Amino acid sequence: MTFAGIAFWAFAISTVTFGLMVILARNPVHSVLCLITTFISVAGLFVLMGAEYLAFLLIIVYVGAVAVLFLFVVMMLDVDFAELKSGFADYLPYGVIVGVVLLVNIGLVVAAWQLPTEDQRTQPYLTGAEMTANPEGPNNAEALGMVLYTDYIHYFQIAGMVLLVAMIGAIILTFRERKGIKKQNAGDQVARKREDAVEVVSVQTGKGI
Amino acid sequence: MIGLGHYLTVAAILFAIGACGIFINRKNVIIILMSIELMLLAVNINLVAFSQFLGDLVGQVFAFMVLTVAAAEAAIGLAILVTFFRNRGDIAVDDANLMKN
Repeated sequence: MTFAGIAFWAFAISTVTFGLMVILARNPVHSVLCLITTFISVAGLFVLMGAEYLAFLLIIVYVGAVAVLFLFVVMMLDVDFAELKSGFADYLPYGVIVGVVLLVNIGLVVAAWQLPTEDQRTQPYLTGAEMTANPEGPNNAEALGMVLYTDYIHYFQIAGMVLLVAMIGAIILTFRERKGIKKQNAGDQVARKREDAVEVVSVQTGKGI
Repeated sequence: MIGLGHYLTVAAILFAIGACGIFINRKNVIIILMSIELMLLAVNINLVAFSQFLGDLVGQVFAFMVLTVAAAEAAIGLAILVTFFRNRGDIAVDDANLMKN
């Protein structure tokens, strides 16, 4: 077995194992840590497929931001997680049934499905070792950039808008007006006039105001 | 030889795990959010596998979009969760009825 084959099986087994542990772990902190391991394994699979840019995006965005966000929320909320786990045994059969049915469905669809044959296509299919990047051509990040910034520039900008809306939404949802603290009111400060603040009086000597 | 089918199988199993996780952790909304992340990740594996197999980069562009939406969804979901916790004092979602009446 080639190195790529061994790496695929290692990453695939670790993806599935840690994916299962995400939903089965008793402690949500362990769930988040398993989620991080799953993301790293899938990033390995992406590298094996030649999608290096998405692999590192997955590690930076998911492991670096999303998973850490989950970790913060899990640690911040003071919740009795053992109590939340109480209905676990009741729901387990339904969950397993749904999972197995879904897997069988996907299996049936994929098994019955055929790719168009070689002569129906202009470019040949890539298999196995050919799925890695072409060493002479542009690398994955360059090629993706050439597509993303030209043909798909509007999708790219929409993605930016989605992130902006999500950011504003998250801030507004969790924003809390605090009562009883002293703070600056910029509007009042700007609206202040000279006449309200300063009064010029001519004081005669020895009289006072 | 590792081909398209192997990657699709891993993605299918991961998707089923995610769907199963939503059902067996009905009370814990944090695990439900994580299960949704797993399902979106499985979709991404599919997109990237087909993109490489067909030699077409558009699949990776779509995977990029899915990644963006998943990140936005996680941020909003956790913000709602924090607000819910502030209002209710716990995060048991199976008896969430704030909007009732």
